[in-house]
Amino acid sequence: MSNIKREQLVVIGNGIAGISTVEQIIKLGGSFDITVIGQEPHPNYNRIMLSYVLEGSKTLDDIVLNDWKWYEDNRITLHTDVTVTGIDAERKIVETDKGITVPYDKVIMATGSSPFILPVPGSDKKGVIGFRNIADCTQMLQAAQTYKKAAVIGGGLLGLEAAKGLVSLGMDVTVVHLMQDIMESQLDHTASEMLQRELEGQGIRFLLGKQTTEILGDARVTGLRFKDGEELEADLVVMAVGIRPNVAAAKLSGIEVNRGIVVNDYLQTSVPGVYAVGECSEHRGACYGLVAPLFEQGQVLAKHLCGVEGQPYEGSIVSTKLKISGVDVFSAGEFMEQAEHSVITAKDDWRKTYKKILMRDNIIVGAILFGDVSDSASLQSMIRKQTAMTEEIYHSIMGTECAGKGKGKAFSLEQMPDDEIVCGCNGVTKKAIVDAVTLQGLTTVDEIKACTGATRSCGGCKPVVEQILQSVLGDGFKTAGKQGICACTTLDRDEIIAEIRAKGLTTTKEVMHVLGWSHPEGCSKCRPAIHYYLAMLNPVTHQEEMESRFVNERMNANIQKDGTYTVVPRMYGGVTTPEDLKKIADVSLKYDVKVVKVTGGQRLDLIGVKKEDLPKVWEELDMPSGYAYAKSLRTVKTCVGSQFCRFGTQDSMGMGAFLEEKFERLDFPAKFKMAVNGCPRNCAESCTKDIGIVGNDGGWEIFIGGNGGTKARLADSFCKVKTDEELVEICGAVMQYYRETGKYLERTSEWVERMGLDTIRTAILDDPKQRKELVERIEVALQQVEDPWKKVLNDEKLRGTLYQDARPVSSK
Amino acid sequence: METKHYIPVGSENDFMLQLGKVIRLGERELAIFRTSDDLWFALDNKSPHPKGGPLSEAIVSGHYIYDPLYDWKIELSTGLVQAPDEGQVQVYPIRVVNGEVEVGA
Repeated sequence: MSNIKREQLVVIGNGIAGISTVEQIIKLGGSFDITVIGQEPHPNYNRIMLSYVLEGSKTLDDIVLNDWKWYEDNRITLHTDVTVTGIDAERKIVETDKGITVPYDKVIMATGSSPFILPVPGSDKKGVIGFRNIADCTQMLQAAQTYKKAAVIGGGLLGLEAAKGLVSLGMDVTVVHLMQDIMESQLDHTASEMLQRELEGQGIRFLLGKQTTEILGDARVTGLRFKDGEELEADLVVMAVGIRPNVAAAKLSGIEVNRGIVVNDYLQTSVPGVYAVGECSEHRGACYGLVAPLFEQGQVLAKHLCGVEGQPYEGSIVSTKLKISGVDVFSAGEFMEQAEHSVITAKDDWRKTYKKILMRDNIIVGAILFGDVSDSASLQSMIRKQTAMTEEIYHSIMGTECAGKGKGKAFSLEQMPDDEIVCGCNGVTKKAIVDAVTLQGLTTVDEIKACTGATRSCGGCKPVVEQILQSVLGDGFKTAGKQGICACTTLDRDEIIAEIRAKGLTTTKEVMHVLGWSHPEGCSKCRPAIHYYLAMLNPVTHQEEMESRFVNERMNANIQKDGTYTVVPRMYGGVTTPEDLKKIADVSLKYDVKVVKVTGGQRLDLIGVKKEDLPKVWEELDMPSGYAYAKSLRTVKTCVGSQFCRFGTQDSMGMGAFLEEKFERLDFPAKFKMAVNGCPRNCAESCTKDIGIVGNDGGWEIFIGGNGGTKARLADSFCKVKTDEELVEICGAVMQYYRETGKYLERTSEWVERMGLDTIRTAILDDPKQRKELVERIEVALQQVEDPWKKVLNDEKLRGTLYQDARPVSSK
Repeated sequence: METKHYIPVGSENDFMLQLGKVIRLGERELAIFRTSDDLWFALDNKSPHPKGGPLSEAIVSGHYIYDPLYDWKIELSTGLVQAPDEGQVQVYPIRVVNGEVEVGA
């Protein structure tokens, strides 16, 4: 450590194993010049989360663990898209395919593994892929757009996650598995069967006991043939039969390789100065394919390299958690019973839960949980610590004691060592979490996440983090643990609304004061939310609080990244006039607008207007605000309709303009988009709008809850009406019902799913009295609104305050 | 920073509680905030977020602001970005003398 010249450390592999080791080294203050060489063109991302990307609940950006800046900040030299071809141990140089050579004093091989591709005829056809990296994931996302039928070969963890992802993408998916039981390496027959039934309910089909012998098709795959002669049609085949450690470079460099790169208890390979961690390594005959072991290895290696005293690595007890939303499965340790085991099982077909604990000489050595995995953290810890079964543990886990007290006792905070890694993805120890709670006074898992990074990635450690939090806070946990609308409160949306109503609260300050907010003036999440709820509940008496509005709604324009704004005037129903266009052109020229863009909502966006010019631009345009910046009615998109179109059955332009004018300016929980079509050809795309209207010969059909944005969702058919009056009435009632029951920032696509279409139908269609009342309430609210641009222009003080910069009064 | 020379930038009444305002001093832009307890703060009007952007339109809560573009939480008195994000904005002395606001820059 006292070397004057820093040692050169080269890390081969830019994945979780390599980078988490580097993070540990940095944390320990290791003094190295670090170079990382990675094969993929990305910074370190969380491979474990690819299934969420496929499922659509995360984006690729969400799963990046260390962005480019992290490498820069830590002065790490990073080569991406570069493959290491070998290590020259004599000259102490790492060689690559791009001609880069890097001298080293120490090398860490963290090359990971590759999907094992079955050596059957046709496995090189187009449409046959593994599920291992971003490229595979992108290929699957693309395939799902053109192809319908997918086969996943392999019913293990990865195969099932891939299958669920493909089902979410709308494909017909069949999982083909060689064994009779899925996930047979982690589950026993009973749990496997329960899991299969659950997944079948989610739309996955299974072909079990099938050996694939050939992949059919010409250039692209068309199907599979099995040993028994049967065939299955498929135009996408995902191979998920297993992984193979990437050892090519090690082999070529003369390093001892068995299945993986052979390492000792300090992760040293057969060549001095060369180490291996993660899935590429083989330790005491075991190659691991899960995240926890590679993290434990990385810790031992980091300590060793930094010269810090530490325990050798003696192998890991692996536990498994399936990352499929809504399916809870856990297994750890020895889960298959042998003669020497004594076993406790409990299967509950009504609750669909299953518990199994295996003991050898009364020591807990393995467990399986299905359906209810709340004991997974304590069981894992007990297995790791070879805890003996006691009456207390038995009652606690098997739930035989009276409800309440007994639960949770089995998890012992004291028994968990301080340096035990709780969050494997981000390397957060128990001590780091306990310190965050005790020293910084944190009380929720979200706060712990923000502070330490624990649960930030795959979320698998959330139960343990919760239990640590619970143990540290003791009785304080019950109230603290509940999630409020933000970190300032434990109250949820419905409770806040009930309190505002019951106590007659009128300002955000009052709400936060009376309801005991932890920060008296709230945060950027709750202030705008409370402001919306107050205005929605008391439309007539509510006083606008500019300082509680998000910038765009305060300025009545959309802020751009350079601090300029955009101006979008109304074009009701997407219809404009030559006079208006001329005005827009003149103003754009006069105020040096950077870009005039046609928006997706059939109007024009003047981009790049300076803040101080905004009022002048509005004044000279002399058009109403298009509310392109607000959680409010944006546009009503229309097709040409019966006025001109030969197919038109209804006047969509007229109805669109009417609806836009009637319902504009009102605040909603989130932005609100509509479309009106003159015939079922649906040229104005009703299916992706909050309310979509389709005309037909006898009236209109109304669709709700569509979204074409972040999470696309096709609108649900809500009802059909015969007259224009009914149409306007139903639209008003739906809008008001959404205003009254929606959570702030919740789009109708999420709202419809949360409430249930039937609930909304019952409230509006089956109950004419309630419908009438909803319409009356929205009419009251609509009477209060006024054009925000006019308001600014008529208020000299407001104009000066919000839009004019100050300058030195007199320069000296 | 050594001894300051204070520049008057306007009357107290030009500034509303909890609404930021930009002051242009030659090339430099400062954001002035007046918190609900009537304390005054001056910072560079540039977010420390790698993508930059102004701070003047932030939501103000207590002695903190939430960056209007990226929602970073920044302490007004020190300019320090709060965890889990990192960074710092340059802060400047500011005072009110006989109803006149003056910035030391």
